[in-house]
Amino acid sequence: MPLDIYAEEIISHYEHPHNKGKLKEYDAEFHDDNPICGDEITMYLKIENGKIKDVKFDGQGCAISQASASMLTDLVKGMSLRDARKLDYEKIKELLGIDPGPARMHCATLSLKTLTGAIFVYEHKKN
Amino acid sequence: MNLSQKSAKKSSADLDVAGIKKDFPILATKMNGKPLVYLDSAATSQKPIQVISAITKYYREYNANIHRGVYKISEMATEAYTDSKRKLANFIGANSIEEIVYVRNTTEAINLVALSWGDANVQKGDHILISEMEHHSNIVPWQILAKKKGAVLDYIKLDKDKAGLSEKSIAEQLEKRPAIVAITHVSNVLGSINDVKDLTKKAKKVGALVLVDGAQSAPHMPVNVKDIGCDFFALSGHKMLAPTGIGALYGKKDVLNSMPPLFGGGDMIKSVEFYSYTPNDLPWKFEAGTSNIEGGIGLGAAIDYLNSVGMSKIREHEKRLTLYGLEKLSKIKNVELFGYQKKGIEKRGGVISFSIKGIHPHDVAAVFDSYGIAIRAGHHCAMPLVKGIFKEGALSRISFYLYNEEKDVDAAVEAIYAVKKIFKVR
Repeated sequence: MPLDIYAEEIISHYEHPHNKGKLKEYDAEFHDDNPICGDEITMYLKIENGKIKDVKFDGQGCAISQASASMLTDLVKGMSLRDARKLDYEKIKELLGIDPGPARMHCATLSLKTLTGAIFVYEHKKN
Repeated sequence: MNLSQKSAKKSSADLDVAGIKKDFPILATKMNGKPLVYLDSAATSQKPIQVISAITKYYREYNANIHRGVYKISEMATEAYTDSKRKLANFIGANSIEEIVYVRNTTEAINLVALSWGDANVQKGDHILISEMEHHSNIVPWQILAKKKGAVLDYIKLDKDKAGLSEKSIAEQLEKRPAIVAITHVSNVLGSINDVKDLTKKAKKVGALVLVDGAQSAPHMPVNVKDIGCDFFALSGHKMLAPTGIGALYGKKDVLNSMPPLFGGGDMIKSVEFYSYTPNDLPWKFEAGTSNIEGGIGLGAAIDYLNSVGMSKIREHEKRLTLYGLEKLSKIKNVELFGYQKKGIEKRGGVISFSIKGIHPHDVAAVFDSYGIAIRAGHHCAMPLVKGIFKEGALSRISFYLYNEEKDVDAAVEAIYAVKKIFKVR
């Protein structure tokens, strides 16, 4: 794995994460973890008119898991649920600017899994 | 004294690591463009050319099934496989090959005991005793057995330094008169060497059987099962220079004889009729189906290699490296070390688990990787210890073997400083 996995951008998001914490009011939350490495993330969504009005995450873990959560929450703020559902691992790699490789894929995708989970919970509740 | 005499003198006391390294082809390769520094032997060891050659020689020159063919190469294969059991019996001080059952690994050896001996002997309300520093392979088989039988699983607690086993806890737990005590010889996380001889003596007084998990001891120090006095001893070949997929269960002959076979099939029988069978003699009674012949042969070659170096020398070498590592790492700010420290070196094997304050071990290992250094980061298959006791999601671990040297430790130290720089930790 090349050292650029720890590019300045990733470290910066890891040290000063955006959208970190818990929303005061939220419509859906979803928690997931990687028991093998101890990464954990809880995603909180405030949803209005089919759009993600606000988003925050709480959690701890490695730089890849936490930086990707910071970057992903930046991206989806204001996004329609329809578009957010379409996000995939390719998009995460694009956000991180690197391919974390097979051993770290579960770290990189934890935030996406919790986002997708929260959207699923919201839509399930609604129906 | 001329130079060659000097080096001869040195090699009689120390390992000739430069010479040993030449036997391991992988140690001359690169990882991420950097010379490979392998510091993960507690996970699996590298293999010397002597072991690799023994396996290819078998496939090129005498590949045949064992115990069957009435022809030369089958006899050769049978002899090589059986001979490796003789070597292992000698290596760990067993009486004969009847006490050496080949399995896939330590995990399978422990499961064999839990499933065969445990199923036949453990009853509702019985106690099964293990410790807080066990690998999952010496926890989960007993959880499964306890659940099935309605037995009670108990844990020997760690001492107050969180390095060894608490003597007080041992005494308290043995009062419950457990049916079996299953304990690790050397912890894969802490490196702590447990006094399994003393524990066996105490366990025998209350009538318990004793299983020793030797996955981290047999590769690294002299072991004698008769001296320990245990009923079972489990080990993995791949951690001691042999290939994966071969391991062994040592069992006292009378105990193994009393146990029902676990798997049925070819090789484990003397004769079969339509509705009954007669089991084979030890050790074959527990080896159903065609064995891992190449694995057995590889393990035999690995034991030859270890014997040629000398197990006491390997232990001394690793002790020196561990001491050197503890010395260097203890000086680095914001690095926390686990287990016995320098004063307790006699009770510590070649494993150093550490954490760097505020940095996830996966990030640590990824930076090490970029430097060509292989270390383990995670819960080390000991989640109750790492998460339950140390309250850490994961730890980083460096571990040594006969092919490591001081400069490998120096490389690790350099990588730790690089990690701290990248993550801006002082």
